[in-house]
Amino acid sequence: MFYSLGRYILLLRLSFRKPEKFSVYWDEVMREMVSVGIGSLGIVAIISVFIGAVATIQTAFQLVSDLIPKTVVGKITRDSTILEFSPTISALVLAGRVGSSIASQIGTMRVTEQIDALEIMGVNAPGYLISPKIIAGVTMVPLLIIISVGLGLCGGYIACAASRDVSTADYIAGLTGDFNQIIMVVCCVKAIVFGFIITSICAYQGFYTSGGSLEVGQSATRGVVFSCVMILFADLVISKMLL
Amino acid sequence: MIEVIDIYKSFGNNEVLKGISASFKPGKNNLIIGSSGSGKTTLLKCIVGLHEPTSGEVLYDNENFTSMHFEGRVPIRKQIGMLFQNSALFDSMTVEQNIIFPLNLFTTLSKAEKLDRANYCLEKVNLAGTNKLYPSELSGGMKKRVGIARAISMQPKYLFVDEPNSGLDPKTAILIDNLINEITDEFQTTTVIVTHDMNSVMGIGDHIIFLDNGLKWWEGSNHEIAHTDNKELNDFVFASKFMRAAREKL
Repeated sequence: MFYSLGRYILLLRLSFRKPEKFSVYWDEVMREMVSVGIGSLGIVAIISVFIGAVATIQTAFQLVSDLIPKTVVGKITRDSTILEFSPTISALVLAGRVGSSIASQIGTMRVTEQIDALEIMGVNAPGYLISPKIIAGVTMVPLLIIISVGLGLCGGYIACAASRDVSTADYIAGLTGDFNQIIMVVCCVKAIVFGFIITSICAYQGFYTSGGSLEVGQSATRGVVFSCVMILFADLVISKMLL
Repeated sequence: MIEVIDIYKSFGNNEVLKGISASFKPGKNNLIIGSSGSGKTTLLKCIVGLHEPTSGEVLYDNENFTSMHFEGRVPIRKQIGMLFQNSALFDSMTVEQNIIFPLNLFTTLSKAEKLDRANYCLEKVNLAGTNKLYPSELSGGMKKRVGIARAISMQPKYLFVDEPNSGLDPKTAILIDNLINEITDEFQTTTVIVTHDMNSVMGIGDHIIFLDNGLKWWEGSNHEIAHTDNKELNDFVFASKFMRAAREKL
């Protein structure tokens, strides 16, 4: 474990060496941003709307007492969506979509000697392959999660309108009242950390692939599993530290 | 000139190279031959720095490459071109982008100059007009030729070729051999070729090193190979009936 941790840290250090030429790296960053951001928008949008709707329906189901105002449903949905559902579930889905793609892409480049070809040319292969992915991850995952929060709250509104367990007016009143800004800060910190975890761990797994296509698949699986575990661990640590 | 001095390389307890020394001259096709698992590719990877030798030195024009750090190696690496066994073309790039890639990173050439260079390299390997194709659209022989075009795009001083004929039909294999030979002559590169193809050995082997079980057993030219009395080399070269019959006729 310590061997892997040390190798991971050394790989990250290599990844952020001075680039050979900024313009070439900039193009790669843009390409990765499109791949991570635009490429994941659809799946994130779909799960966000459903998460928000389900969170609203289940909260309304549990708060049946006449002593509790119905606006509480909106407040609980908002806080749980911003604090937990959007960042964590979106990150877990992104680990599957983006993480497996990164690990298998870099892993395939390793087993087909494309990484060796980069090194022979004198290119810092970790820098060229990994740093653009990490930069794309820490910039685009937060944007995706902010969009996910918005769509999750819209999902809750649609659930209210459709089920009539809670009136849309009560839901909106709950969403807009008594807002503590710290939850947005926590959400953004989580998003940045999760973006880093997904891209760096999966890139690490891909970069040290050896063998053939079977091992590429195993690297992708390992990358997704380790990313998911680390996302949940980081979720716990960040929540404990910031709340 | 490249010199290899007393190179040892182990992977765990498995000692693959056991003290190999050799020198590779400019303007010559230097072939490293041997059976599978003899350490040919490991030696090549130690020379180009993809593997760090357990001990020993690699000198490029008397500069100790082995003791250099990553940054120190970059000026030498810019003078290296390499053709990999599976060509190792970048899948996400077109043929033209593959050739231009090192130029983008390490030169200040204008876009037009880079395109001219790419076209020149493609013409050199008889693949003019394939600029916009992706590697997945090319045959094995074409991929090798694009690999050569990419390797020569930076006008290298040292050219390394790993199993250039593996997976190719005899006609294409000879074409690739002739191409490497032409490039070596024209650019006076120090060319190091790892192969176990006897056609290459007899056709373009100016200087041949025979490895077996991690040791160097023989060194000489393709003219000398047929008359050697080295048992290990004879067992390798004349393993087939065809080659034994050919030797008897010589």
